[in-house]
This record gives sequence, C-alpha cells and structure tokens, in this order.
Amino acid sequence: MTVQEALGTVPEEPAAIEGRGPWQLAWRRLRRDKVAMVSLGVIVLIALIAVAAPLFVHLTGHPPNQQYPDGLTVDGLPQPPSSTFWFGTDDLGRDVLVRTVYGARVSLAVGVVATVLTVMVGVVVGIAAGFLGGFVDTVLARLIDVVLSVPFLLVAIALVSVTGPSLTVTVLVIASFSWSSVARIVRGQVLSIKEREYVEAARSLGAGDTRIMFVEILPNVLAQVIVYTTLLIPVVIVVQATLSFLGLGLAPPTADWGGMLAAAQAYYQTSWWFLTVPGIALLITTLAFNLFGDGVRDAVDPRADRTMAR
Amino acid sequence: MARFLLVRVLNGIVVLWLVSMAVFALFFVAPSNVARTIAGRQATPETIAAINERLGLDQPVWKQYLDFVGNLLHGDLGYDYYYQLSVTQIIREALPITLSLAVGAAIIWMVLGVFNGVISAVFPRTLADRGLTVFALFFFSMPTFLLALVLLYFLYFKLTVNGHAWFPAGGYVPLSDGLWPWVNHLLLPWLALALVSAAAYTRLTRASMLDVLGEDYIRTARAKGLPESRVVVRHGLRSALTPVITQFGIDLGQLIGGVVVTETVFSLPGLGKTSIDAIRQQDLPVIIGIVLFAAAAVVVANIVVDIMYAVLDPRVRIH
Repeated sequence: MTVQEALGTVPEEPAAIEGRGPWQLAWRRLRRDKVAMVSLGVIVLIALIAVAAPLFVHLTGHPPNQQYPDGLTVDGLPQPPSSTFWFGTDDLGRDVLVRTVYGARVSLAVGVVATVLTVMVGVVVGIAAGFLGGFVDTVLARLIDVVLSVPFLLVAIALVSVTGPSLTVTVLVIASFSWSSVARIVRGQVLSIKEREYVEAARSLGAGDTRIMFVEILPNVLAQVIVYTTLLIPVVIVVQATLSFLGLGLAPPTADWGGMLAAAQAYYQTSWWFLTVPGIALLITTLAFNLFGDGVRDAVDPRADRTMAR
Repeated sequence: MARFLLVRVLNGIVVLWLVSMAVFALFFVAPSNVARTIAGRQATPETIAAINERLGLDQPVWKQYLDFVGNLLHGDLGYDYYYQLSVTQIIREALPITLSLAVGAAIIWMVLGVFNGVISAVFPRTLADRGLTVFALFFFSMPTFLLALVLLYFLYFKLTVNGHAWFPAGGYVPLSDGLWPWVNHLLLPWLALALVSAAAYTRLTRASMLDVLGEDYIRTARAKGLPESRVVVRHGLRSALTPVITQFGIDLGQLIGGVVVTETVFSLPGLGKTSIDAIRQQDLPVIIGIVLFAAAAVVVANIVVDIMYAVLDPRVRIH
C-alpha cells in the first residue's frame, strides 16, 4: 500500500509511482539475469529429481542398494550403459543412474542444512562480537582466529574417523568449522552499522541490547548474509563430497556422489560411465549454485562487481 | 615495525597454544582403542594395559598434555604408536613432497589467476573477459578430487593408451634425481591443485583491479602521459593486489585440505597422505603433530602476509 492509498488520496490518472523496497528491486534485477534464472531452474530441477528419487526406482525397477548378478560382466567389471541399466552399473553391480539420483538427496540435504547451521552460528557470533565489543569481542575474535588457522579438512577427517561416519556428524563438522568466516564478515559489517543514527535512535527509545542486535542490526546485514549463504552451499557440497571421497562421508551402502567417485577411481580405465555420471552430477550442481549465487550478489549489491567469496 | 611484529608473534603463539589444547582435547575425549588395535584380536587385558602404559595412555589427559607440551618445547612431537618413529622425523621426510606440491601449485595459480584477472579487468566485457569468466566459474565449481580424476583420465590414461606416455599416474621423485623427472611427476598434481584456485584468483583480481582502475590517481597517471602498461602494472596492479594477498594468506591455511586430496589421488607420500594414513589407524601423535605443524604454518603465513601489505600498498601503515 502506498502512502497515498493509506491517506485515501490516490490520484485516479496517471498510475501512481509505486514505491519499491530494496528487496523488490533486488528481485527485479535477479529476474532479468538470464544466467541466474537458468541456474535457479537447474537447481529446482535437481531438487525435484532428488525428491522424486523413488520414481526412478519405479521406472527402472532397481532399488539404489540392490546388487544385480547381471550388473557385472563375466570379468566382474561394471556393465556399460544398456536398456536395462541406462547409465551402466557400479563395481558391485548396482544401478549408477538410481544411485546418482539418490546421491543428489545427500548432497542437497547436507549442502542446505550445514550451510543454514553455519550461517546461523556465524551471524549470532558476528553480531555479538561486533556489537558488544570489549571483552566479548576479544574472546570471540581470538576464537575466530583459532578456527581459521586449524587445517579444516584434516581435523574434519580425523574427527569423522573417531566418531564414525554419519550424516549428522558430517553436518556438525562442516558447521563447526565454517562459521568463523561468516562471523568475520558479519562482525566487520556490524562495527560500522552500530554507529549509525537509527541505532542511537532505538537506544534513546529505550531498546535493550538484544532488541538492537536482532531487530535493528540483523536486517541490515541480511543482504550480505544471503549472498554469502548462496555461495557457501556449493562449497559445503564439495566438502561433503570430499569427505565421502576420502572414505569418511556416510556409512555404506548409502549412495552419495563422493563415495561413488571414490569407488569409481579404481575403475576409471575400464568403466568411464561409473566416473562420469556422478562426476557430472556433482559439477552441474556446484556450477548452478555458483552461477546463481553470483547473480544474487549482483542483484543485492549492483555496485559490487562480480567477485567471488570463498 | 618491531613492536607490530612482536605483537603478531605473541598473538600467533597464543593461537597455537589454543589449537594444541583443542586438538588434544578433541582426540582424547573420543573413545580410542589404539592399544587393542596394536595388540590384535586375541590380546589379553594385561597386554592391552601394558601397551597403554608404554604409550602413556594410562595417564590422565592433563598429564599427557603437559608431557606433550614439555617435549614440544624441545622440538619433540612424540613417537608414532605403531613403529615408534619420531613424529618430527616423519614430518621432516614428508615435508619436501608437500612443499614441492604446494609451492609449485601456488606459483601456477597466482601467476595464472593474476594474469587472467588483469586481462579481464583491462578489457572488460570483451570476448577475452567473457571467456576467462566462463573458464574461471567452471574450474571454481570443480572439486579438487574430481579435477584430479579428470586429469588422470585424459592426460595419463587416454594419452598412454594412445601411445603417448607423457605423464606418470602418480608417485614422487625427489629433485635430487633430476629436474625433469621431478617436474614430470608433479605436473598433474600441480594442475589439479592450482586450477581450482586459479579460477578464484582470476575473479578476485578482476574485481579488485576494476575497482582500482576507476580511482582518481589512475586518471592522474594517465593524464601525466604515462604509458598504459605502466599505469596498469605500477599504479593499478600494485594496490589491486592487496585483497588478493589477503585471500592468499587465508587460502594457505586451507591449502592442506587440497593437498590431502591431491596426494591421495596421485599417491604422493607427503604430509596429506601421511595424515590420512595416520587417521585410518588412529595414530594420534602423528595426527596431532601434523595438525599443529599445519596450524603453525598458517600463523606464520599470515604474519608474512601482513608484512607484505605494507610493502605492496603504501597506504597501509603498520603500527
């Protein structure tokens, strides 16, 4: 509703100039970005395929963990693509297509859940450190330094090897090491935002620290956080796949791309499809998220040229 | 400058101390059955107790930690559980391999990334820029292990099958055996590790360079009639490199992750592969030693990066 509507003074002709919020403007810019919209389409498609994974079982008649005796050649090698196994079979005679489809579930679930968890922790720590300052800031800043200087993958692998592989552990390990970079960005933003007049105004109206942090400051760092979130998802997907590739992702026989690629490594000379199918699936997914994230960044902050946060 | 360095070094030591405690606590809180693994399936409880005593695992965790720190101050990281090899010695043997891999890859990605980024920024929205952007996004989205497998497939397997055995599948040859064998064995691992990062640096350099080229002093430099190449390199690139160097400092820390994957795929017995092997056997002294060593490398690298700021960008003053 515009101001004129609220006041009951809407002019009949010509059409009123509509006020648009920054989010509306960002969405408009994003919609015009063809590459971003195509990427979004691809992401939605992958998500649909992941949700509809049982449909592929129905279509092919092959459950993801079922090993077929005719899924291996006489020499015990994976079968090439055929009318029975559309994308061939893996080293245990299982359907590569169905397993790749089920792998999408793992990648997307871990990618989204771990990213959301990471961002939530990072935002809370970043706002607390930036806003409260003093002792809290010193302690949190030192903590961020510590986490950033720990070789992440190494400790992650060691931890998973101790606790045993599982989806929960993977998500927790990723989140507990990735929050620090989010926290650092948010902290920097908060340091400048907390000096603004509207924060002072809120304080003079009697707002407490918690209210100022989450009602006044949080919405103003949200744009940056959303950009960072979309670009973090592909990074998390790669980390999850890497953990699986090193044999520390999920307990077998659960199908996931990193694990499939690890198994395919021993067969790449004879069975190209075993390596290619999950590999391309992984690449398309991360590429789509990266392109979409790039578009979101341009839309939210048109001034910033397209760079790449890591 | 001296004061700045002192503060940074002290800070670094505090960080390392915290890391050592955190890592120690993490691995000792988790249930460990190293003694059982070493003793074998049929071991009696007495044997296991004896092994625990020999490894010092019967001591309380805080005592183990104090012993560890005490030895560390003498440059001793302890001994591995299985063969009683000195961890310091293990690291010393694996380090040249990892350094060969990491330094070579870092040079390739910095040169490639900065060069491509500058080209993109100097000729924005041209075919060259678009091409490099697509190239960058493609490799940026590529997990290191997948790229390693792709390189292995095309440049080792396909070439070898077709009679061009130009690249070995893996393994390490020390530099003392000759320059070419060394380079030849490392070329594919270098590419696997470097191309992903080169892509990120292309984009980073491009953005930073575009910002800088829009600044007033660049216009002044052009107005003075300086040749364009001098404007771009001396005036532009010099300050555009600041964010690139920052990122480089951060990435050096996470480089060990890529190193782990690359060394695993190409069977290079460096720090990454050694740590993976140690992790599989729960060989704690080796894991802790390598993690601490890597963390120390990150801390030192970040101090060096801070110093490089001042050298590169005259606007940065060190206090």
